[in-house]
Amino acid sequence: MIPGGIDCDIHPTLPGLRSLFPYLPEHWCEILDQQGMHELVSNNYPPGAPLSLRPDWRPEAGPPAQLAHIRSHALDPWETRAAICNCLYGVQLLFNEDMAAAIARAMNEWMARELLDLEPRLRASIIVPMQNPGLAVEEIERWADDARFVQVLLLVMGDMPLGRRVYWPVYAAAEKHGLPVGIHAGSAYHNPTTPTGWPSYHGEDYVNQAQAFQTQLGSLIYEGVFGKFPGLRVVLIESGFTWLPACLWRLTKFWRGLRPEVPWVDRSPAQIVREHVRLTLQPVDGPPDAEQFERFWEHMGSDALLLFSSDYPHWQFEGDTPLPPGLPNALARKIMVDNPIATYPRLKEVVS
Amino acid sequence: MNEIAAPRTLPRADTGSRMAIADCDIHPTPNSLAHMQRYLEPRWRRHLDTFGALRRHGCLGGSAYPKGSPGANRRDAAPPNGAKPGGDLDFMRAQHLDPNNVQLGILNMISPHPGGVQNPGLSAALSAGLNDWQVAEWTLHDKRLRASVLVPYEQPVAAAAEIDRRAGDANFAQILLLSRTAEPLGQRRYWPIYEAAVRAALPVAVHAFGYGGAPLTSSGWPSFYIEEMIGHASCCQSVLTSFIIEGVFEQFPALRVMLVESGFAWVPSLAWRLDKNWMRLREENPCLKRLPSEVLHEHVWFTTQPMEEPEESAHLLDVMEWIGWDRLLFATDYPHWDYDDPARCLPVPLSATQKAALFYGNARSFFRMD
Repeated sequence: MIPGGIDCDIHPTLPGLRSLFPYLPEHWCEILDQQGMHELVSNNYPPGAPLSLRPDWRPEAGPPAQLAHIRSHALDPWETRAAICNCLYGVQLLFNEDMAAAIARAMNEWMARELLDLEPRLRASIIVPMQNPGLAVEEIERWADDARFVQVLLLVMGDMPLGRRVYWPVYAAAEKHGLPVGIHAGSAYHNPTTPTGWPSYHGEDYVNQAQAFQTQLGSLIYEGVFGKFPGLRVVLIESGFTWLPACLWRLTKFWRGLRPEVPWVDRSPAQIVREHVRLTLQPVDGPPDAEQFERFWEHMGSDALLLFSSDYPHWQFEGDTPLPPGLPNALARKIMVDNPIATYPRLKEVVS
Repeated sequence: MNEIAAPRTLPRADTGSRMAIADCDIHPTPNSLAHMQRYLEPRWRRHLDTFGALRRHGCLGGSAYPKGSPGANRRDAAPPNGAKPGGDLDFMRAQHLDPNNVQLGILNMISPHPGGVQNPGLSAALSAGLNDWQVAEWTLHDKRLRASVLVPYEQPVAAAAEIDRRAGDANFAQILLLSRTAEPLGQRRYWPIYEAAVRAALPVAVHAFGYGGAPLTSSGWPSFYIEEMIGHASCCQSVLTSFIIEGVFEQFPALRVMLVESGFAWVPSLAWRLDKNWMRLREENPCLKRLPSEVLHEHVWFTTQPMEEPEESAHLLDVMEWIGWDRLLFATDYPHWDYDDPARCLPVPLSATQKAALFYGNARSFFRMD
């Protein structure tokens, strides 16, 4: 571990819908009460499931991953200089876009008041209601001047592939404000979580996140998002990363064969990814031993792609170190410090 | 800037022009419905003339994802006699089987596979008819060719009956499903198919493609054919995940599955991911009793085409080694546009033993021909 690292994915737990009420307009408090809406918890992370919370991070009582826990489990032990909070809550599940916009805004307010104001090492992602890209842009504009918000957060499984042009205003706003777009594992459950229908098991659902990232990468590249927004950075979060080389080999091969269909894609997908896309470290879905890992690092083709993440409090690694076995020291430094700072313009002041 | 993709000038592995080839993915095509008449009962002929065949997509003619070439075929694969590409055995022999020294060719009729037809009676009748057609017009005329049992896969009981009918018929080498089904293929509703496959001692091939109703990505419908082609690899990862996590191979220990035209470079990463999550989540599904990567290695094979192309060609060797030299079977995808030429498709030289296994030996073992 390199002291002073930047953790690009931790998950504070929002204790419940009630904790957003101080930040919701009266209208929505009343409506939610009338409707009997007490919770909005996604199937992505059932609170009791092993992946959702590492056993030794489970508190004896009360919600996990509160500020005190974050400090003692995730910030202090690894001497983390800054950590990006990605709040996972079911706002993306909603179909009512006005309700989604109100709850997303309240989540951002809650984040600013109850975490960022209290702990200078924390940063956060802006939660946006992607049910309506216009409302999502409004939410980005609302927080753009607060430098503690360092990226825009989307889910990898939404209503439409993320490269589709209806979403481009969101990318225009993100690019304008120097905010990378973070795409996190998870589904709005508006489409089956595999291209061949709904799976039977939670574990299967989680494995399938990696496939969703592969198709989103294809959508962003082939639709021409990075040609249109040359300043845009995309970070794939909790995506796994060992699927990336094979995916790029395929994306590039078919681009060679079918590029007349997408003539605006003017360079190879592998090169586009090296310029515009980053991935967080955990979960490390890698080979079982350091020798095979060494060969795998060559396949990645670049030491600039990965950003350190613990994925706290999800159970992705055992023991004290979130780094994979046999990670060369120089690469560890890139992953923990240099790459995050190069990716997030708003983190530059953290090290200056 | 518009980067020009330079023609690949890498040294090509010369397979030796007379090396025996097993091609595990050849696509024969019926030339017309009229041509199929003799293999269908009159009521289904009338039905097709009147209503066509309803599927889980909207196009009765044309395509919502227009392909890179007409019918996704090689432009030189149209026989001079006016038949469709893949529609004339003599031309296939002259263009592909003879010059490439194909000693074993597996026929995969997917244009289109009748299992995706919604009308249950029609799906079953078309499957049976096309199975008869493969024997009458292909395998009986060329001993190098073996057919695949087409089944109405969305009705597993009818599918099992069709498998039972073909069991023991040496014209058939395997059972053919498509990857995009109504539900993930590992789910229990499909188990009668696997039970029948084991009974008939036939492996199950899952060919990429099809329309099962779910969008092509878990985030909805993409815009382009190129995305559909990318999506086949990710869809087949979901299919394989389903087979393994549902415990299909625990239930049917003799079952062997081959993924066709899915790509294969993603296999090691998926195996690592499955293993990692199995450690955490095994209590959710006690049916799966062993490490997923072990189950995968024991029960699953892959065809090579379309082969991923790393920037550093040698990386493909790492992947092949991780998958296992006995688990990859060569395929050309003739007559489709992304055809792999056996003399030119490998970006790196292989040893004589590796070549013999990949191009021929693995297929002979997989189809139990030794």
